[in-house]
Amino acid sequence: MKLIYFAWVRERIGTAEEEIELPAEVTTAGDLLAFLQARGEGYAEALRDPKIIRVAVNQEHVGHDEPITGAREIALFPPMTGG
Amino acid sequence: MPCAIRIVVQAEPFDTAAEIATIRNADANVGAVVSFSGICRDESGRLAALELEHYPGMAEAEIGRIAHEAVQRWSVDALTVIHRHGKIVPGDDIVLVLAASSHRQAAFDAASFLMDFLKTRAPFWKKEHLANGSAGDWVDAREADDAARERWKRDTEK
Repeated sequence: MKLIYFAWVRERIGTAEEEIELPAEVTTAGDLLAFLQARGEGYAEALRDPKIIRVAVNQEHVGHDEPITGAREIALFPPMTGG
Repeated sequence: MPCAIRIVVQAEPFDTAAEIATIRNADANVGAVVSFSGICRDESGRLAALELEHYPGMAEAEIGRIAHEAVQRWSVDALTVIHRHGKIVPGDDIVLVLAASSHRQAAFDAASFLMDFLKTRAPFWKKEHLANGSAGDWVDAREADDAARERWKRDTEK
C-alpha cells in the first residue's frame, strides 16, 4: 500500500511517500495511525496527537473509524491551511 | 443549462481580469459575477513569502467535489476556482473564486461557500518564510475557518 505524507507530517516522518505492507488487523484509518506511531521516533513525533491528523483514502477524506482495506493510496496530513 | 466549472491548480500567477471576462460571457443568462481574491500579505513586514504545498490530484478532485456541492445548492451558471502552489510573495494572488449567476444572491452565496470549504477541505498547507531570513513555521489551522464552514450545514445535518 502506498502511503503519502504532507507538510509537517512529511517533515517529521522524514519521507514524502513509502510502500508498506500492513498487518491484517490494521483495518481502519485509526488503526493505521496507531500502527505507524510504533514504527519509530519520527512517526511517533508526527502522529503524537492522532486526533488532529487527517486521512485521505484514494484522494478522498475519511474519518478515523472508516475502513482502509484495499486502498491504493493513503495520505496523512495536518489540518489544511489553503485559500 | 449545466453549470460550467473551471478548476485550476498551478504554480504560475493568473490573470483575474481575463478570468472575470471569460465567466461573465459564459452564457447570456449571466447577470451577476462575484469575485474573491485571496492575497498573500506581509504581516507588517514579518513575512518574506508563503510556500504552499499541495496534494496533486486530490487538490483538484476535492475542489471539484466542493464546486459540485455548490451547484446542487445554488442556481449558478459558472464557477471558476484557481489555486496556486509553490512560493508566493506578499502582494501576489493565492486563490481566485468566481461565481456567475442570473441574480446576485446565488453568486454571493456560492462564492462564500466555495471559500469556506476550500479553506478547510482542499489539501493545501502554508509554510512561512520570514523577512529576517530565518526559517518560518507551518501556518496553524484556524478554528474560525472551521466555524465558517459549519454555518453552511443544513438544518438536518446539525
